[in-house]
Amino acid sequence: MADKRMTGTDVVGRLRSGMTLGIGGWGSRRKPMALVREILRSDLTDLTVVSYGGPDVGLLCAAGKVRKVVFGFVSLDSIALDPHFRAARQAGAVEVAEYDEGMLQWGLYAAAVKLPFLPTRAGLGSDVVTYNPHLRTVSDPYDGEELLAMPALHLDAAIVHMNRADLHGNAQFLGPDPYFDDLYCLAAEQAFVSCERIVPTAELTRTAHPATLKINRMMVTGVVEAPGGAHFTSCVPDYERDEDFQRAYVTAAADPGTWQEFADRYLTGPDAQWPAVRQEIPA
Amino acid sequence: MTSTVTKTATRAEVCAVACADAFRGNGEVLASAFGTIPAIGVRLARHTFEPDLMISDGEAQLLRGTWPVGAPAVGEVEAWVPFRTIFDLVWHGKRHVMMIPSQVDGFGNANISAIGDYHRPKVQLLGVRGAPGNSVSHPTSYWVPKHSVRVFVSKVDMVAGVGNDRAVGAARRYHDLRRVVTNLAVLDYADDGSLRLASVHPGVTVDEVLAATGFPLTVEGDVPTSRLPTDDELQLIREVLDPDSLRDREVPS
Repeated sequence: MADKRMTGTDVVGRLRSGMTLGIGGWGSRRKPMALVREILRSDLTDLTVVSYGGPDVGLLCAAGKVRKVVFGFVSLDSIALDPHFRAARQAGAVEVAEYDEGMLQWGLYAAAVKLPFLPTRAGLGSDVVTYNPHLRTVSDPYDGEELLAMPALHLDAAIVHMNRADLHGNAQFLGPDPYFDDLYCLAAEQAFVSCERIVPTAELTRTAHPATLKINRMMVTGVVEAPGGAHFTSCVPDYERDEDFQRAYVTAAADPGTWQEFADRYLTGPDAQWPAVRQEIPA
Repeated sequence: MTSTVTKTATRAEVCAVACADAFRGNGEVLASAFGTIPAIGVRLARHTFEPDLMISDGEAQLLRGTWPVGAPAVGEVEAWVPFRTIFDLVWHGKRHVMMIPSQVDGFGNANISAIGDYHRPKVQLLGVRGAPGNSVSHPTSYWVPKHSVRVFVSKVDMVAGVGNDRAVGAARRYHDLRRVVTNLAVLDYADDGSLRLASVHPGVTVDEVLAATGFPLTVEGDVPTSRLPTDDELQLIREVLDPDSLRDREVPS
């Protein structure tokens, strides 16, 4: 069986500028932050990012990596708005495709199951259709009702962060919500899973229910062991969101000078060092 | 509960029971409330007159019980509802949501996405989130903590939640706008789909509400005064649901 372990650098080496990249997690929860930082340090650019957005979107926008954001919201949960996404939008610096969050799921699901579209009511009557003029409706062949045809959201690559995985790509969420990470993997040509710990396969279900294995190896291209890899977003039960560091991120974003200091220190400087998880939850 | 003194309700407390009343008669549905006072409202409703409501812990579980706002949810887990299941429930329709719009127009179109030119907004907000799907799938209400002409506008900049005039065809079938509760008044919808003044809170005049609304609000006959909380409801709010008075930060007295 294939050993799919790789490094974050390996992952970035398989990405190309101009790609459509799906990023798992939700808001400021279980985001693949270590892989996002790898992208920040790379020369990748012109990305289309599909995300239930949080600081992943903010950081990539701040670094000028993004051409287009496909989203339903961008939020840091305990802080309502991401400052960089907000700035990028208000400067007109990024294109957007803004969908109802259920439409986003439908688009990923359609791509996952190789359908061109899935019908929905969500979006009808709203300005989602006004500002996404490519959207079409479809007539129910049985009843004649005219529904919105949410097109498949095909991803060139997906990155997600999970609590555990084995070296073959079977991956596990241990927190309260799997989010849509398995759909991101299925919708993508290549799917990369970072995780807190790579463990032997048998270890995955020693104490956890098999239903926690939403992502399996046939859906995964590579596995990266990245302890603290979701920090400062939450990765329960391994750690909670680092609210102090999230506040520092938002504060630094208020001014180009303080943001440059933040970026040098934590992201892209020669000695950049992302802080360790501080609120580890005891096992 | 016993009460020995006659209590005077604050505006925030009037708003809380007005929010609770929006869920009266809803039965066994998911009651989703954004904001402090709506959260007090749905918990009050469930604790008293609407016991079958189902309420999230804010993460991925539905809990029984009654817990204060601003504190971790405590109660018996009765369901696992990750976002994927929530989305199913939204489209299934057994849900009543109360959202906080940044703009609302005279037919209940609501904006939570962006203010100004959509392609280069003056202010980027959250994004449409689930508002388009919510508003065409299940009962939807709104909470406006600061009723003003900035919020109640003649035309919203981006329609996220669908109003009565735009809900046609398949968007009409399950479209069901209920109420807009504000710090000044309760609004509902007239037969023509326009926002109508249902009641003014004690101490507020009809003219004050009209002056704080940026479009002609429908007014039919004498406008009643919003009800006061009962003494038992006041005690529940003050001692159980919001002992730290977070409600006063949302609607100052």
